[in-house]
Amino acid sequence: MIQIIDLACSLNGQVVLDGIHLTVPRGQITVIIGKSGAGKSVLLKHVLGLMRPDRGQILVDGVDLTRARGRRLQEIRRRFGVLFQGGALFDSLTVFDNVAFPLREKTDLAEEEIGERVRYRLSQVRLGQEVEEKYPDELSGGMKKRVALARALIQEPEIVLFDEPVAGLDPPMTNTIFHLIARTHQENQYTGLVVSHDIPAVFQVAHFVAMLHRGRIIAWGAPAEIQNHEDAAVQSFLRGEVNFLAD
Amino acid sequence: MVGRLLRSMGRAVLDWLGALGHATLFLLEALRQAFLPPYRFRRLLEEIHFIGWKSGLIILLTAAFTGMVLGLQGYYTLRKYGSESALGSAVALSLIRELGPVLTALMVSGRAGSAITAKIGIMRISEQLDALESMAVNPVQYVVTPKLVAGLICVPLLTAIFDVVGILGGYVVGVWLLGVGSGVYFSGISQSVVALDVNGGVVKSLVFGLTVITVSCYKGYFTPRGAEGVSRATTEAVVSSAVLVLAWDYVLTSFFM
Ligand SMILES: Nc1ncnc2c1ncn2[C@@H]1O[C@H](COP(=O)(O)OP(=O)(O)O)[C@@H](O)[C@H]1O
Ligand SMILES: [Mg+2]
Repeated sequence: MIQIIDLACSLNGQVVLDGIHLTVPRGQITVIIGKSGAGKSVLLKHVLGLMRPDRGQILVDGVDLTRARGRRLQEIRRRFGVLFQGGALFDSLTVFDNVAFPLREKTDLAEEEIGERVRYRLSQVRLGQEVEEKYPDELSGGMKKRVALARALIQEPEIVLFDEPVAGLDPPMTNTIFHLIARTHQENQYTGLVVSHDIPAVFQVAHFVAMLHRGRIIAWGAPAEIQNHEDAAVQSFLRGEVNFLAD
Repeated sequence: MVGRLLRSMGRAVLDWLGALGHATLFLLEALRQAFLPPYRFRRLLEEIHFIGWKSGLIILLTAAFTGMVLGLQGYYTLRKYGSESALGSAVALSLIRELGPVLTALMVSGRAGSAITAKIGIMRISEQLDALESMAVNPVQYVVTPKLVAGLICVPLLTAIFDVVGILGGYVVGVWLLGVGSGVYFSGISQSVVALDVNGGVVKSLVFGLTVITVSCYKGYFTPRGAEGVSRATTEAVVSSAVLVLAWDYVLTSFFM
């Protein structure tokens, strides 16, 4: 379980997070929605310990990650898998080496065992052997995301973070990715934290939805509750209203 | 008016000094990581291949032409004083003390340094550096340290190659084209070049190599956000490398004189 308590952060004098309170229940998928620039990626970077807050806490099973450093932080990070916004695959490595990277870095597994696990993860995201030797720049956007998903899952993380897993993808590929997230969640039962502005598609995978607006969580609940939420900002975001997006 | 100008100049100098200090800390951290496991020999070989081997051809070309120009210029200058016999020594000393280390560093900066900044900058904006960190892999150790160590190995070697090829270039022009005696050319070199010259050249090449690679990595690592970020960082890396190399050259030359 992840508990975010009163998390605040300013960047270049601009308040990005202004007292976030959010609980991410174990084994469930929580989706954070909010317009682009709302601070969703910044929030995820705090959860990874890549950014330090001005105040507040992030408790991972009771351990405050914002104060962890060095080895303790590394230990917490090992329980995470991350799918970054653009995939963040390493350009200089093949698909196979990208997916194998965490295993080679952090385990003593034999190459044979690594190969087996990589192939299993690639097949889990519906990628065959023909992509293994390709480089990231030879892949389409959807394939990159799938490889990145395979890499995020390779160490069987307890917690998986997804930053805009479907941004820039066409509707069929969007559905494919969400389907893969749902399926891998079913198989691996991880705690998921998904950030996205793709509504309503993202509701497919959500157990809980939280809306980030002006640095705060202004709504939280099951997808159906959010869809019927009375808050004006939530409703205009769900309807994709232009005046809301512009402010 | 004058006050404002002074203030903005003062700010620019302070910013520059701040960046210099920041870059020095970055360098120290990268060097410290070289002594911490895991030791990344494969990464080191990749970087030696990229920084050293792939710079070979351009170093050969620039060295040959530099030596030839030195032979030509040196010959016509020395002939005025009737001392063409000093041609070998003039070419060799210019190369070993100054031109070898400086031009090698500038060529490495243009060929490898700019590419390093662009590559690391792209890793920054596409979150590959964040991805490394999130996998509990130190990005400085994985990305920067192998480049620095490779620079420390390759730049002195490339400088030595530059010196030798340059001296041969001077030989081709001086001896084959202009008729200086072959024995005269080489005995001039062996009589005038002393250990201090060679040591000075080696120290320079080490300092320049470290400077160029550090600046290139630093600019890439701290690439500003946004579409312009990488291209600006790359330009700044090449310009700052060149300025710093020439400034260091003055300092070290006055030290080794
Ligand atoms: N490293 C950074 N430095 C300065 N400002 C940043 C940084 N990262 C994000 N921001 C700013 O914080 C705000 C939120 O950004 P982000 O979290 O990326 O939004 P999104 O919700 O689209 O993911 C934006 O205004 C962005 O410009
Ligand atoms: Mg984002």
